[in-house]
Amino acid sequence: MSPVFYILSIVTIAGGLAAVLLKNLVHCALAVSVAFAGLALLFLSLDAQFVGFAQILVYVGAVAILVVFAILLTRGSDQPRESFFSRTWGIGLVVAAAVFAVLGWAVLQSSSALPRESAVPVASVHDIGVALVGRYVLPLEIVALLLTAATVGAVIVAMHEKDGTR
Amino acid sequence: MLGEGIIKGMLETARNFAGSYVSKERLITVQYPEEREALPENARVFPFLVYDGPEWLPGLRCVACQICEKECPPKCIYIDKSADKKPDAAGKPQNYPTRFDIDVSVCMSCQICVEVCPFDAIKMDKQFEYSTDDRFGGLLLDREKLAKSNEYYHQIHPVEANEVDTRLAEERAAAAAKAKAAAEAAAAKAAAAKAAAEKAAAETPAAAPAAEKPAAPKPPTSGGGGA
Amino acid sequence: MSGTNLPATVDQIFITFTHWVAHFFPSAFQPIVADVLGVIGIISVFPGLFAITVLLERKGLGRMQNRYGPNRVGPWGLFQPVADGIKALTKEDVVPFHADNVVHFLAPLILLTAVFMGFAVLPVGHHMELMNMDAGLLFFFAMGASSELSVFMAGWSSRNKYSLLGAMRAVAQMISYEVPLLLTSVIVVMLTGSLSLPRIVEAQAGYSGILPHWYVFTPMGFAAFIMFGIAATAETNRSPFDLPEGESEIIAGYFTEYSGFKFAMFFIAEYLAMFSISGIATTLFLGGWAAPFSFLTVVPSWFWFFAKVMCFIFVFIWMRGTLPRLRQDQLMNFAWKFVLPFTLVDLVVTGIWRFMGEGILRWIVCSLILIATYLIMGRTGMVRKPFAPRSYRYAE
Ligand code: SF4
Ligand code: SF4
Repeated sequence: MSPVFYILSIVTIAGGLAAVLLKNLVHCALAVSVAFAGLALLFLSLDAQFVGFAQILVYVGAVAILVVFAILLTRGSDQPRESFFSRTWGIGLVVAAAVFAVLGWAVLQSSSALPRESAVPVASVHDIGVALVGRYVLPLEIVALLLTAATVGAVIVAMHEKDGTR
Repeated sequence: MLGEGIIKGMLETARNFAGSYVSKERLITVQYPEEREALPENARVFPFLVYDGPEWLPGLRCVACQICEKECPPKCIYIDKSADKKPDAAGKPQNYPTRFDIDVSVCMSCQICVEVCPFDAIKMDKQFEYSTDDRFGGLLLDREKLAKSNEYYHQIHPVEANEVDTRLAEERAAAAAKAKAAAEAAAAKAAAAKAAAEKAAAETPAAAPAAEKPAAPKPPTSGGGGA
Repeated sequence: MSGTNLPATVDQIFITFTHWVAHFFPSAFQPIVADVLGVIGIISVFPGLFAITVLLERKGLGRMQNRYGPNRVGPWGLFQPVADGIKALTKEDVVPFHADNVVHFLAPLILLTAVFMGFAVLPVGHHMELMNMDAGLLFFFAMGASSELSVFMAGWSSRNKYSLLGAMRAVAQMISYEVPLLLTSVIVVMLTGSLSLPRIVEAQAGYSGILPHWYVFTPMGFAAFIMFGIAATAETNRSPFDLPEGESEIIAGYFTEYSGFKFAMFFIAEYLAMFSISGIATTLFLGGWAAPFSFLTVVPSWFWFFAKVMCFIFVFIWMRGTLPRLRQDQLMNFAWKFVLPFTLVDLVVTGIWRFMGEGILRWIVCSLILIATYLIMGRTGMVRKPFAPRSYRYAE
């Protein structure tokens, strides 16, 4: 377990660092997807199959692609002229450290994260499904509604130009 | 209904697929090296030199006038004119090419050399399989490779070859008639001269056979060419 | 399927072989040895199938267009794949001067790896899957999704406008059609109640009389099967959805700048993706390794799996020989205005089916809803809109 964990951690952290430090935006996006994949593998090494695969499917398959698309459509993919590393890496590190601090604080505060040597919870896909449409059905529906609203909003934003002024 | 056209198209290709195994007429491919389609009469690839009679070198119609060499747009014909003269197919003494090369890697098959040749000596061939490893030597055809018999010309372009032969026969007949007329005139003149001066009688028998001689080989050549 | 009779022995012959090889090793290594053997099996069988398929495709396409197809190399052109392979291996590997070397090199590797990983969960026969995962279906689609990124990497790193256009088209198309692809498989998951592929096959392996219980023989299963087929064709960039590599417009799309063995890797990956998506379609809708009639169960299960996959491949080839390429706007309209809504209706119908209980009534109700939806959506979708004046929204 532990060597696997360390390898995956190194891969994930390296991916994250590269995403912050590299100059070329597309390289950053690719590095982010490496970090995503590393996270997914971490989930898998914890026997959380569903979460791991969902992570790959959603983050590597969709989010990374969308990021890349956004970069290409906004001409961020131009070749870097000066150094290999981003000039704003210092700010990036500060932001990352701040986020890390907040997350770490939240994790330490939560009661369930306390190291307990109880049985490892085995969450099968079935259990996750039951929990999603059973106990957590309201949050699920709210999130679904929110996303639908966002989609409709995006469509309206995109349509505005068509029959508008120009 | 949506998808109707797709099904129709799929059925059509399925029919092709099955049909191509049943009926061979559907397969339009010509399996080239084994099967060949007859080239059309007017097909042309590269020029060749026509010769009459059984031997290629004496029979070459080309008189090395070098008109084609000058007219060829990409300048791919190379001719060396002979110093001596030899009798051509019609028996008339003519120059002949000591070198006649065509670089077919440069030739663009424009047929201009054929159009300008006043002696019908160069014609377009249908032979197209010139592929070779030797890009320079293998594609520079010399006069021996270029020489093809009149019979071959009849095989590949029958209509055109017949026209050429009739025209040549006419020209030769006209030339013969002219020569005969000249001979007769000469004979008449000779007769007049004989009447005038009996002393020159020894020269007349020598002149008469010389006038008749050019006419003699002509009928066999044109007859053999027309057959 | 149990017992020690001959059919069962033949059926499980590869499993028996694996166990036999593994028992030469110390018991600690036995699972690893079995896995390695399985991996070797996958890496050898599917590329072999690739060689056969390329030949079949070229010959089949030829026949559909009233041509012979390749018939020069060996008897009836049977050695054509060998000649192709030698050609691909001996070609020079050209990398464009301005290309992003690392990304350019990694793209085909990642693509091929992701495609090969998909085979790990496919049950190619009874008990013949490399990994029996709880979330096998999800794993399969996760691997499919990660191949999109490598397509993008290939197109972007080549620094070629055709490559980039091809990659953009490919990614847009794959994202658009991944949604219906996932939703149609959700229908099967709803019917089975499991994401595990062996479980899905076992749920279809029963018979009523001699007829099998395949999901394609239910109204919503059939509709889902058609939609899955369409989405799968788009996902694998096969004609008529081959815009990403439309050779008349953008040369070879995202792998324009690849040559030699890297090009061959893209080529192989494309066909392997076709096999894996055919395999998953077989598993989801056509009963996987289950025999088509109950009296045919004596034939080994792996034979049925590959036979069904090859049927799929043939249909892929058939469509390629028939249908012209779509236009980009037609492609997107078809995905978002027809396939996706129809799949959603199908999803609702599946719910209805589950709650109506046994009986002939649910067959009638579900079929009627689906046919009506299809007709209405087909009618409205077929209306040809006049072209709007050309606008240059993104050109400034
Ligand atoms: S066909 Fe044209 S190019 Fe060829 S040799 Fe004759 S004149 Fe020259
Ligand atoms: S081929 Fe014709 S034009 Fe050319 S040199 Fe000979 S006679 Fe003259």
